Amino acid sequence: MNRRTLMASAAIGLTLAFGGTAHAQGMDKVKACFVYVGPVGDGGWTYQHEQGRLALQAEFGDKVDASTYQENVPEGADAARVLTQMALGGCNIIFTTSFGFMDATNEVAGKFPNVKFEHATGFKRDHENVSSYNARFYEGRAVQGVIAGMMTESNKIGYIGSFPIPEVIMGINAYYLAAKEVNPDVELSVVWAYTWFDPAKEADAAKAMIEQGVDVVAAHTDSTAPLAEAAKTPGVIGFGQASDMTAYKPSPRVSSIIDNWAPYYIERVGQLLDGTYEQADTWAGIKDGEVEIGEITEAVPAEVKAAAEKMRDDIAAGTHHPFTGPINKKDGTVWLAEGETAPDGDLLGMSFFVEGITADIPK
Amino acid sequence: MDLSSINPAVLIASLMVAAVPIMLAAIGELVVEKSGVLNLGVEGMMIIGAICGFITAVETGSPFLGFIGGAVGAAVLSLIFALLTQVLQANQVATGLALTLFGLGLSSLMGQGYVGIKPPATGMVPFGPLADIPVLGRVLFRHDPMVYISIGIIAAVWATLKFTRMGLIIRAVGESHDAAHALGYKVTRIRVLAILFGGAMAGLGGAYLSLIRVPQWTDGVTAGAGWIALAIVVFASWRPWRVLIGAYLFGGISVLQLNLQVANVPIPPEYLSMSPYVITIIVLVIMSSGRGRAALNAPAALGQNFHAAR
Repeated sequence: MNRRTLMASAAIGLTLAFGGTAHAQGMDKVKACFVYVGPVGDGGWTYQHEQGRLALQAEFGDKVDASTYQENVPEGADAARVLTQMALGGCNIIFTTSFGFMDATNEVAGKFPNVKFEHATGFKRDHENVSSYNARFYEGRAVQGVIAGMMTESNKIGYIGSFPIPEVIMGINAYYLAAKEVNPDVELSVVWAYTWFDPAKEADAAKAMIEQGVDVVAAHTDSTAPLAEAAKTPGVIGFGQASDMTAYKPSPRVSSIIDNWAPYYIERVGQLLDGTYEQADTWAGIKDGEVEIGEITEAVPAEVKAAAEKMRDDIAAGTHHPFTGPINKKDGTVWLAEGETAPDGDLLGMSFFVEGITADIPK
Repeated sequence: MDLSSINPAVLIASLMVAAVPIMLAAIGELVVEKSGVLNLGVEGMMIIGAICGFITAVETGSPFLGFIGGAVGAAVLSLIFALLTQVLQANQVATGLALTLFGLGLSSLMGQGYVGIKPPATGMVPFGPLADIPVLGRVLFRHDPMVYISIGIIAAVWATLKFTRMGLIIRAVGESHDAAHALGYKVTRIRVLAILFGGAMAGLGGAYLSLIRVPQWTDGVTAGAGWIALAIVVFASWRPWRVLIGAYLFGGISVLQLNLQVANVPIPPEYLSMSPYVITIIVLVIMSSGRGRAALNAPAALGQNFHAAR
C-alpha cells in the first residue's frame, strides 16, 4: 500500500467515523464543494452556479463552508481526479455542474459512500449517495420560440447546440414547436459547436448563421459570444442563455432564460444540516422558480411580449405543456397523439427531432 | 441540403477575418525561423497579446492602443525566450513549450478582473462608395483595419527578406550562423530582434481575437490558434505569400465547416475540422520525400543554438 492509498483510506475512515454518525441527526457544519465546467466569469451557465454557491454561503453563514470550488474542469478523467481530491479534502456534499461529469461523479461516489454527490442535468444515480437535479429549460425555450417565430423577418431562426444530448435536443424541439405554432413558415438551422465554452467558435457559429439569413439566434452554449456577434448586425436578435446577460439589453438580447440554482442548493444543504437529506431526482421548471424568464425588452412589439408572457404564465399554471400532441417524429412516425403530453421519460432520453426540422442529429 | 443559401462573397469575406490571427502569428514565426530560431511558444505569446491588448483597450478606451499593448506585451514575453535560448543556451523546443504553458497561466491570472467586459468597438475602414460594389465590395472593402494591415505586413516581410540587405542578413544567420559570425554579423543580436518581432506579431494576432473577433476576454481564448500558426509556417515552406494562402485555407475551412452545418450539408463536421491538419501532414510528407531537407526550404540552422567561441 503506497502512501496515497493509505491517506485515501484514512480519509474514508474519518468520513465514516464522523459522517456516518452525523447523518442520522443532522450535521453541525457542512462543507459544500462545487465543480464547474467553465470559468465563473463566463457570464452564463457557470456564473449562475457560482451565484447559487454565494447565496448558499450567505444563507447559512458559519454553518456552511462553501468556499471550495474548481473552475474549468474538463469533462472526463480529470473530473474524477478533482472529485476524489475534494472528497478527500473533507467535502460533505459535492455539486458537479455539467452533464459530462456524470460518469466521473458516479465512479467517485462509489468510493466515498459518506459523501453526498449532486449531479446537474444527468440521469445516472448508480449509488445511494448520488442525486441528480435539473431544470426544465425546455419550458424557457418554448417562450423563446414564441418570440423567435413572431420576430423573424426572414423566417429563418437558428440554434447553436453544444452536444447532441437529450437536454439540448429537447430544447431545440421545444423552441421549434413554439415558433412553428405562431409562424408556420419558420425554418430552423442547427449548428453543433461540440463545446460548451469556446467563445471564438460560438461567435463563428452565430456569424455563419447570420450570413445565411438567420435573424434570431438562440444559443445553448455558455458564453455571451453569440450575442456579441449578433450585436454587430442590426435587426438580429438573440437570447440570454443560463444567465440574464443584461450587458446586451435591449437588443440583441430581447429576453433570456435564467437558471436560478440558489433555492435548490439552499434546500439540499439545509436538509443535510437537519438530517432529512435523502437521495433525489429533482426536475423543476418555471413554476418552481428554477427557470426564470428574463425581462422581455422594448425591442419587441407589445403583442409579441404579451404572447410570450402568456406562454410563460400558462406553463407556470400547468395549463400548457410545450410538448402537447399531435407531434410526429422527424421520420414521420407518431410520437404524441392529439392532446397527449410528453412523459418525462421520453424527454430525458430524447434523441430525435420533431417533424419539420430539416437538420440531422449527428450520431 | 441547400447550398444556395451560402453566399460565396460573404464566405470569402468572413474567411479573411477568420484568417487574420493565425496569419499574423505565422508571419512573425516565419521571420523567427528564417533567422534560425524555433520558437514553439506562439500560443503562449498570442494569448498574452490577447489579454494585454484587451486590458490596454479597456483601460484607455482605444482599440488602436490595445493592439499596440498586445504587441508590446507578447514581445516582452518573447524576451524571456530570447534570454533563455540566446544568452543562456537553453534548448529551444523545451523553452518554447514552457513559454506556451507559462503564457496560458499568466494570461488567466491577468484576466481575472476582465471577464465579461465589452472592449471598445473597432470600426470598419470607410471606403465610401467602394464598399457598395456588388460582390467585390463585400469581399474587399468592408473590413476592419487589421485585415488590411495583416496583408500589408505579409508584403513587407516578403519584400524585406527578398530585396533588402537586412533580409539577406537574417537569412544568412538562419542558414549558417558560423559563416555569418565569421563575416562579422552579430548573430545573437539579430536573432533576439527576430524573436521580438515574432512576439509582437503573435501579440497582434492574439489582440485581434480578444478585441475584434470574439470580442471579449475569456480564459484560453486562443484555443490552439498558435499551434495552427506553427503548422502554417511549415505548410508555407517558409515563404511569406504561402503563409497568406495557408492562413486563408485554414481559416476558410473552419468557417466553411460551420456554414455547411447551417446549410444542412450532410458532411460530418469532424472531417472538415481535422482537414487542415491532414493537409499539413500531407504537405510535410510530400516536401520531405526524396530530395531531403534542402527541398523543404527549411533554414539550415533552424533550432540550433549559437555560441561564439571567441
